[in-house]
Amino acid sequence: MKITSDEVRHVAGLARLDLSDAEVDRMAGQLNVILAYVAKLDELDTTGVAVTTHTQQVVNAFREDAVRPSLPRERALSNGSDQNGESFVVPKVIG
Amino acid sequence: MEYFSLTLHEALRRLDTGEISSVTLTESVLARIDSVESTVQAYLALDRERALRQAEQADIVRSKGQAGPLCGIPLAIKDVLCTTAMPTTCGSRMLEHFIAPYDATVVTRLAQAGSILLGKLAMDEFAMGSTSENCAFKLPRNPWNPNCVAGGSSGGSAAAVAADECLASLGSDTGGSIRQPASLCGTVGMKPTYGRVSRYGLVAFASSLDQVGPLTKDVRDCALMMNVISGHDPLDSTSIDQPVPDYLESLRDGLKGMKIGIPREYFGHGLDPEVDKVVRQGMVMLEEAGAELVEVSLPHTGYCVAVYYLIAPAEASSNLARFDGVRYGFRDRSADSLIGMYNTTRSRGFGDEVKRRILIGTYALSSGYYDAFYKKASQVRTLIKEDFARAFAACDLIVSPVVPTPAWKIGDKADDPLALYLSDILTLSANLAGIPGMSVPCGFSREGLPIGMQLQAAHFNEAALLRAAHNLEQRAGVVGKKPALV
Repeated sequence: MKITSDEVRHVAGLARLDLSDAEVDRMAGQLNVILAYVAKLDELDTTGVAVTTHTQQVVNAFREDAVRPSLPRERALSNGSDQNGESFVVPKVIG
Repeated sequence: MEYFSLTLHEALRRLDTGEISSVTLTESVLARIDSVESTVQAYLALDRERALRQAEQADIVRSKGQAGPLCGIPLAIKDVLCTTAMPTTCGSRMLEHFIAPYDATVVTRLAQAGSILLGKLAMDEFAMGSTSENCAFKLPRNPWNPNCVAGGSSGGSAAAVAADECLASLGSDTGGSIRQPASLCGTVGMKPTYGRVSRYGLVAFASSLDQVGPLTKDVRDCALMMNVISGHDPLDSTSIDQPVPDYLESLRDGLKGMKIGIPREYFGHGLDPEVDKVVRQGMVMLEEAGAELVEVSLPHTGYCVAVYYLIAPAEASSNLARFDGVRYGFRDRSADSLIGMYNTTRSRGFGDEVKRRILIGTYALSSGYYDAFYKKASQVRTLIKEDFARAFAACDLIVSPVVPTPAWKIGDKADDPLALYLSDILTLSANLAGIPGMSVPCGFSREGLPIGMQLQAAHFNEAALLRAAHNLEQRAGVVGKKPALV
């Protein structure tokens, strides 16, 4: 399976990355080397093998639904690059 | 006396007897930083005044008989752990000016134990890399040869300990990022069991693999640090509620009755002959300490790199979606639409390796490819985990090299991502299986570069790692050997 420059552009769009044409070509080349390598997993028959997404047998971690102190608003906003003291400000979404 | 060169436990003993004060010790470490940091390049942030204030406070606390287990000890931590007292950059332009609104649980625990936080240490951007060359701000050097890499991603954490720029440090390990730089710089480094140490306040890279752990000057120091940072944290729902043993107890015994497995797949093609020789000498030392060596097999070892470099980027592509220029971090202002702002912010904020992994991960998770890549890798991960379960039915520990070669020259593999990924082959599997692993200095190459031995154990058996590591350390004759900096 080979990844084309157009596919790299498509995936970059999904990941919210702008890539220059030169970057697309370079990434396509490197991604193809990596994908050719990971294709060795196809040597293994994994029919019926369960997936591992978590290595410990933890089902759920519940806590009491109790009110606790949380971050004060000014603290939560303090790293926002654009904020008005009440909320984060972003470029206009609805025209 | 050059107090900066003391081990953590020796410094504690002298603080306890009143032979030194924490202020004297901290001043000595700060003077050491002044003399070697221009070469080592380990610190991204350093707060001298705060450190000295904390040291004065520690001396008062100790004089009142209220000293905690690390009272007055100057430490530093990888810049991936959130601190309210200084910036947390993750080695990325994206977080260049980020001041976390809360402290990581391990940071709180170290503070409650009375330690002093000197500063934050250099790392590969978002912990993605094997050399720390992906750090946006500094390139930490190997103290044993400043033309060589310190390893990564916790390169600054290993270099600072090896260069005596702090008494011990913390790193994070997603595929070897504590053990590999520890091996290349000649320090002790432990990746605990997944769930042993809280990750609250650790900036996430790959959530099913990340774990925080110590880098130290010797094995006893590692046990002391593990005693402080281990244990359940209600703020991290993946931390496991299991009692924490006193890890110092595990240093008392020899290795009689211990079975040590040698996995034949870890000594294969691509292993540097010097690394092979030094690690095999280490095995003989373990045998002399009373252990029985047995051969074991981990048949899926050859698939670890492929599995890891699908799962870790997939998780990273999801975790790093949070960097959108809105709530924290860098925002690029050149675009006037919201989507445009996301795109330009992320493109200018992230470095090449981070972009590469986001692309691999997004591709592996995208429609039509999920089964072929992510699901397949997660199934092979099960086979890798089962390999270890079978091996640990026949032995208590598995020993091997940590890295196939000693430290290499800066720039040598910088343009070949796959070659770098392949150098992680011996450390990735512990993260995939969730088991604890450790690097212990074992010897040196002819060129004087450190070579570590890796020890791996079953889940929550850190005590066995420390016990074997301590016995190896007593025999390997590497304790107290220092790089010839300055």
